[in-house]
Amino acid sequence: MRWSDGRLARPARRWPGGDARRSTSNEFTMKRAFPIFGVLTAILLSYALYMALVWAPTERTMGNVQRIFYYHVPSAWTAFILFFINFGASVVYLIKRKPAADIVALVTAEVGVVFCTVVLITGPIWARPVWGIWWTWDMRLTSTLVLWLIYVSYLFLRRFSSSGETPLLAASLAVLGALCVPFVYFSIWFFRTQHPQPVMGGGGSIDPRMLHVLLINWLAFSCFAFLVCWSRYRLEKLQREVDQAHAMESLRDPRGSVR
Amino acid sequence: MSAPAGITRATLLKDLRLEWRSKDAINSMLFFSLLVVVVFSFSFDPTAEESRQIAGGLVWVAFLFAAVVALNQTWARELRNQVLDAYRVSPAPANSLFMAKTLGNFIFVSVLEALMTPLFIVFYRLRALGPAWQLLLVAVLGTWALVVNGTFFAAMSIRTRSREIMLPLLLFPISIPALLAMVQATTAILNGEGARFWIVLLATYDLVFTTVCLLLFETVLNAE
Amino acid sequence: MSGNGYLFAAYAVTWIIHIVYLGTIVSRYSRLKREIEELKKSRS
Repeated sequence: MRWSDGRLARPARRWPGGDARRSTSNEFTMKRAFPIFGVLTAILLSYALYMALVWAPTERTMGNVQRIFYYHVPSAWTAFILFFINFGASVVYLIKRKPAADIVALVTAEVGVVFCTVVLITGPIWARPVWGIWWTWDMRLTSTLVLWLIYVSYLFLRRFSSSGETPLLAASLAVLGALCVPFVYFSIWFFRTQHPQPVMGGGGSIDPRMLHVLLINWLAFSCFAFLVCWSRYRLEKLQREVDQAHAMESLRDPRGSVR
Repeated sequence: MSAPAGITRATLLKDLRLEWRSKDAINSMLFFSLLVVVVFSFSFDPTAEESRQIAGGLVWVAFLFAAVVALNQTWARELRNQVLDAYRVSPAPANSLFMAKTLGNFIFVSVLEALMTPLFIVFYRLRALGPAWQLLLVAVLGTWALVVNGTFFAAMSIRTRSREIMLPLLLFPISIPALLAMVQATTAILNGEGARFWIVLLATYDLVFTTVCLLLFETVLNAE
Repeated sequence: MSGNGYLFAAYAVTWIIHIVYLGTIVSRYSRLKREIEELKKSRS
């Protein structure tokens, strides 16, 4: 049988996750690369933890509590990068409609929200012993909260959408959300200049040794984020292949299907 | 008049005429707005001095409630009669429909605000220390910010389960900068301080989001 | 809670959140694998 453009039609009997026969060298490398990268990341994370807890100098005023900084700030940076990638992937999807872009958007939003949650919880845990309060409407923490809200609403749209074109709707929302970010920063910045509050994380210069530890932790968490995104990407891809297989099953055999 | 503007005008007039004839949505919304003001007045009972500080926030939260209830039924009539499918098939640009709906919602919510404002002034003994015309400007810009995003998200939430909760769920986070601006501007004007930054921020927000919503609405309308 | 207590809490919470998320990925993955086996069995 031939398609209208002359291509030969092969029976679409492919199992989700790929057959052993179809393994290309590319797939083989991916299967090896993942655990290797995982081990490297674990080592890097342990090293970064040691640096944060032991090697980094103790802060003069805050004491050991300040070491939360080495987890709080890299998580924030990682979350922002992930949300930025989400914006890029959403734009790519709106223009090109590539399914891979949609999966990247979903994955980066989810993992970004996870990292953002970490920021929002470690922030108050740090603030409490240092300033005696759990929350201030501090510039950075407030902006992070709003960002978290925007992307959680994105995830809710994805979960609750009953449309067949959920990726398109989600991509539109992502673009709107990303455009909102500069407004969030500007508005809260001006609000803070009018109503000053204690600034968490402190401003000013940073000890070069602390900067070194901070960057090491950031590198470790970035690798970790990449690993998590990669896993989530593989899961999503497999999930979609399974869903497609189910759909094909019911098309082929509408009377007696497993589900 | 150009074709898209003509379509916008025709759709808007149709909506207004339908609302005026049936009046059920209008009446329930008006009563709801009254209820909101009264409930707020019971919950927050400040002195005249304090009220100037918090009135900005109170008023806009009340307006937000009213706007959400109004926005939720934006597309209800279209859904019931499969008008959206007809619109998708027609050569009319999606933007015209969006502008018509947004303008209709804007008029609707403005009417509600016009009803609620005198009540707030009376219950809270409000008096603006700054130029009152600026309050009108803030009201227009702020309402437009809520309505333009709200109409867009209302269209998006048609295609979700739990339709009524999805609209505020999507609208609130993205509206936070605009809400902050509206509240701060209103508070500043009531207290005789400068609100220029907030008004400029609101105007920029309106411009950016109106443009992007217009660009993206076709995508949302055509999503099955 | 002393300063060190807060420090420990912050680091612990971070890893708990990450491990929980990874856990959901792993459990969904194994459930999918089972589904694929069922699909293969039903077809053969």
